[in-house]
Amino acid sequence: MKELVVISGKGGTGKTSLTASFAYLAGENTILADYDVDASDLHILLEPKIKKTYQFYGGKKANIIKEKCIGCAKCQEICRFDAVKNVDDKFEINKIDCEGCGYCYRICPTDAIEFKDNLSGEWYISKSRFSSTLIFAKLDIAEENSGKLVTEIKEVARNLANENNKDLLISDGAPGIGCPVIASLSNANYILIVTEPSLSGFHDLKRILELVKHFGYSAGCIINKYDINKKITKEIEIFSHNNELEIIGKIPYSDSFPKSLVLKQTVVEFDKSDIGKTVENCWGKLQSKL
Amino acid sequence: MKISVASGKGGTGKTTFAVNFSLFLNNIKKNKIVLVDLDVEEPDCHIFLKHKNFKRKKCFREIPKVNEKCNLCGKCSEICEFNAIAVTNTKVIIFPDLCHSCYACIEMCPQKAFDIENIEMGEIHWGNIASNNFYFVEGKLKIGEVMAVPMIRQTKNFSAERFGENSYFIFDSPPGTSCPVIEATKESDFVVLVTEPTPFGLHDLKLAVETMRKLRKKFGVVINKAGIGDQSVSEYCYNEKISILGEIPYSREIAELYSQGKNIINLPSINKIFEKIHKNILSLL
Ligand code: SF4
Ligand code: SF4
Repeated sequence: MKELVVISGKGGTGKTSLTASFAYLAGENTILADYDVDASDLHILLEPKIKKTYQFYGGKKANIIKEKCIGCAKCQEICRFDAVKNVDDKFEINKIDCEGCGYCYRICPTDAIEFKDNLSGEWYISKSRFSSTLIFAKLDIAEENSGKLVTEIKEVARNLANENNKDLLISDGAPGIGCPVIASLSNANYILIVTEPSLSGFHDLKRILELVKHFGYSAGCIINKYDINKKITKEIEIFSHNNELEIIGKIPYSDSFPKSLVLKQTVVEFDKSDIGKTVENCWGKLQSKL
Repeated sequence: MKISVASGKGGTGKTTFAVNFSLFLNNIKKNKIVLVDLDVEEPDCHIFLKHKNFKRKKCFREIPKVNEKCNLCGKCSEICEFNAIAVTNTKVIIFPDLCHSCYACIEMCPQKAFDIENIEMGEIHWGNIASNNFYFVEGKLKIGEVMAVPMIRQTKNFSAERFGENSYFIFDSPPGTSCPVIEATKESDFVVLVTEPTPFGLHDLKLAVETMRKLRKKFGVVINKAGIGDQSVSEYCYNEKISILGEIPYSREIAELYSQGKNIINLPSINKIFEKIHKNILSLL
């Protein structure tokens, strides 16, 4: 089984639209995963039927039992995350600020603090409208540990692919360069970076490629909206050449992207001519990399 | 005054808004304006400020380092909730990537066998933009560093210490709805949510709204790239009684200016829109 992970560093480059298009072109014999657990969007285009829902416990949180609290303030002194608040000489923990280190729970002299598993999201096994299996997740608001959730669903997706003899897993990666995206990349066979020719797009491409290289993955890139700034497109091409980043394709600016989105279609379904063909060519080239 | 600019999803124009809004305020206000880029994973504001000579300082986070007093009792590894410490028969192994710097192991070790080690996690850059009252600070996470939150926290604290509480702070927050965005918005007086009028924009705006409601923040919405999609974002805001502060139209001209790292506030039509957005924010504060 091979895994293709699509990332972008910067948002708004068309990463999810392209991932959904590849999902369409790959057909039912594929497993799909959305690692953008903070704001998963792939399902909007794939309109999946949810088959099974699982709960995600990201970590623990502390809670003070009011009746037992004698107001000694020890917990407030030691909490490095300012999560303990003084309310009328009794103490309370702000669940949003608590990082779940358990320090307060361990030192409270009257055992007034409970420290329990915290339900922080859900993940789903579903069937996309292309009949392929899609695994996606929803992290609750203001929760942490999205990296852990990514790792959890990634394992599920990979196992499902292996058990069902699917030879391809296409994943929509998390944004940024921190924990969630690092978790998204693990074990990938090929990384596709979707970028755009703007100074910020180029800046973020360099940063994300440094990360990809840091972990030793092979990668290619698609320059979306390449004609918005041909000068920067040229610079990206030269940069790619010098950094062993293969250009998989260049896609011109097109309102087919927002228009297809509004209809909740992939861009290859919506635009069968120019853009659709270009995206298909990219897909052809990607397959040869896997 | 502290205003955070956030969005559920990246690429909606959050940075464009933050930078141009700061420039706008700088034109009309006497206060010191401090634009702080807290999108530490991908800080992009500086691209639009064309400023080269930033002052810089390295940022560190503290993790435990075991010393010779250790007798391998194993208590630290029991205590650590993040599995950042393993104790074998011969040594203590610390995994810096997993450590949240909670100090539990350091302060609870019966042998007092821990010292503190500083790990570099990134840099803060800052400078005075142009000659006037406009300052810029950015936090930049080092490649390979996993945790954004401590970097955001330090950048925020640095800005507050350096530029005082009387300044007008604009925070460009990271995208999303989890810890990093909470850290970047929790002390603000107002949050501007930037979105785009597409199903993706709507879906992520709903999450962002939920986040702000949970934090009990005052907020309003700016619709960027107005005209590219449909009406669903406006309808949603109307139904939820959320103020739309303003709409910035989509045009290829704006997209091209953006791609070159140029600002849009000098376009008269855009300046008018920012005026309106500013007025709307004031009325909601
Ligand atoms: S568990 Fe840790 S972060 Fe949470 S309140 Fe207690 S000491 Fe603070
Ligand atoms: S400081 Fe806290 S998170 Fe870090 S190793 Fe010690 S117990 Fe674990």
